[in-house]
Amino acid sequence: MADFLLLALLAGLGVALVSGPLGAFVVWRRMAYFGDTLAHSALLGVAAGLWFSIAPGIAVIVICLLMAIGLLALQRQQALATDTLLGILSHSSLALGLIAMYLIPGARVDLESLLFGDLLAVTALETLSIWLVAGFVLGLIYWLWTPLLSITVHEDLAQVEGVNVGLVKTCLMLTLALVIAIAMKVVGVLLITALMVIPAATARRFAISPAQMAVLGSVAGMIAVCLGIAASWWWDTPMGPSIVLSAGLLFLVSLARRARQQKA
Amino acid sequence: MQPLLNSNDICLQIAGKTILDHVSFQLFPRQILTLIGPNGAGKTSLVRIILGLLKASSGTVAFPRPLRIGYMPQKLHIDATLPLTVGGFLALADRHRKRCRDALERVAISHLYDQPVSGLSGGETQRVLLARALLRKPDLLVLDEPVQGVDVNGQEALYQLITQIRNESGCGILMVSHDLHLVMAATDQVICLNQHICCHGTPEAVSASPAYTELFGVRTALYTHHHDHQHSLHGEVEDCGDHHHG
Repeated sequence: MADFLLLALLAGLGVALVSGPLGAFVVWRRMAYFGDTLAHSALLGVAAGLWFSIAPGIAVIVICLLMAIGLLALQRQQALATDTLLGILSHSSLALGLIAMYLIPGARVDLESLLFGDLLAVTALETLSIWLVAGFVLGLIYWLWTPLLSITVHEDLAQVEGVNVGLVKTCLMLTLALVIAIAMKVVGVLLITALMVIPAATARRFAISPAQMAVLGSVAGMIAVCLGIAASWWWDTPMGPSIVLSAGLLFLVSLARRARQQKA
Repeated sequence: MQPLLNSNDICLQIAGKTILDHVSFQLFPRQILTLIGPNGAGKTSLVRIILGLLKASSGTVAFPRPLRIGYMPQKLHIDATLPLTVGGFLALADRHRKRCRDALERVAISHLYDQPVSGLSGGETQRVLLARALLRKPDLLVLDEPVQGVDVNGQEALYQLITQIRNESGCGILMVSHDLHLVMAATDQVICLNQHICCHGTPEAVSASPAYTELFGVRTALYTHHHDHQHSLHGEVEDCGDHHHG
């Protein structure tokens, strides 16, 4: 197998692995649109990185975190419904990011690779950083598993029971920002949430506990990465979208199975 | 006797609107205190302030000695995408399986341990929430509308259970309700709240007081519920005769 294909596979698997548990929380907490908004603002992060000559990965994480904190603060105002707010910010930040790209003097940016990923161009160093970040995020989720689940089930109850809700939520935002930063190369900003939401939704059909759903989400995501890369190799289709489409097809197949626990 | 909880002159204003106006009361060990009041009277806000979930504009809540608080929220909404069993739900508060099973036993739903939380009936959900509050071995139980979504017969059973828990464990109980008559047998003291404390005392005294009648009207005070069917523990109607409600 060609080296670049092996690197692509490794990078994709790393992102899929961490997307399972994180995606489960995105689905349980109904944060899909929230994740989308953060992902769109990642483009702004890349622009900021180029503008201020910071490593794009770092800039993306910082911008996503700022966006997440800003969103949480705005949600508390309750003047606008959350999805309206997200709709405003999601598309404004995407538009701002695109314009910022064009305004950067001298920089020729490959927009398509940012929007839809460029897995074949992934370097060994990038693959390594994907696995390091994935490992860190998985560790954090494992460590905070019970409080994370507790605030997902009932925030007030968790707080009365002594969970530091603000801190745990901030950690969840941090992991989301980190995963967006590493997933950009794989599927691009427009398709990142798909990689979290679709495998988790697929896993729901087979899982009888939250932990099982998180693990099965990773498995479904990793199968989708393998299928997508293979399909892209055989039919010469773009890799990021092929991975997402594979995940979507897996979900369709999973529909054939009746959801467990829904009979009760 | 030292009170469990001292609420001193609690005021709450949100966006210039007065939600709570100088609310002061005490809660003693083994006492069941019920907050009643119409919708928007500030009951839930007061409970949230006591739990530390909301900050009062002025006034304090003091606990003379350190307390373990068990909290039963008004409702539980679990997304259907979350495959959580009753056992898993309780494990969030206490990983010890045996203690979780015992807590379920105490609220008489041990058979639900492996059931998904999202498929429970109203009465079952309330009992699961109560079990979780009990897992903390609380000195103070705070119950926000504990019988919400439970049919009337189930409500009586639940209030009996709450009284029984108080008798067995000796904890103090602060409870929110909007219907004095259902809660009458289960409570020692009643505070009638409508931003400020309108009246307080034993349930009999409160229901006879003019302030209470003014707040709820005579119609509510005379309201009774006629039953023409039996309910099982889980709230299913077992024998349906003619159905006339109200």
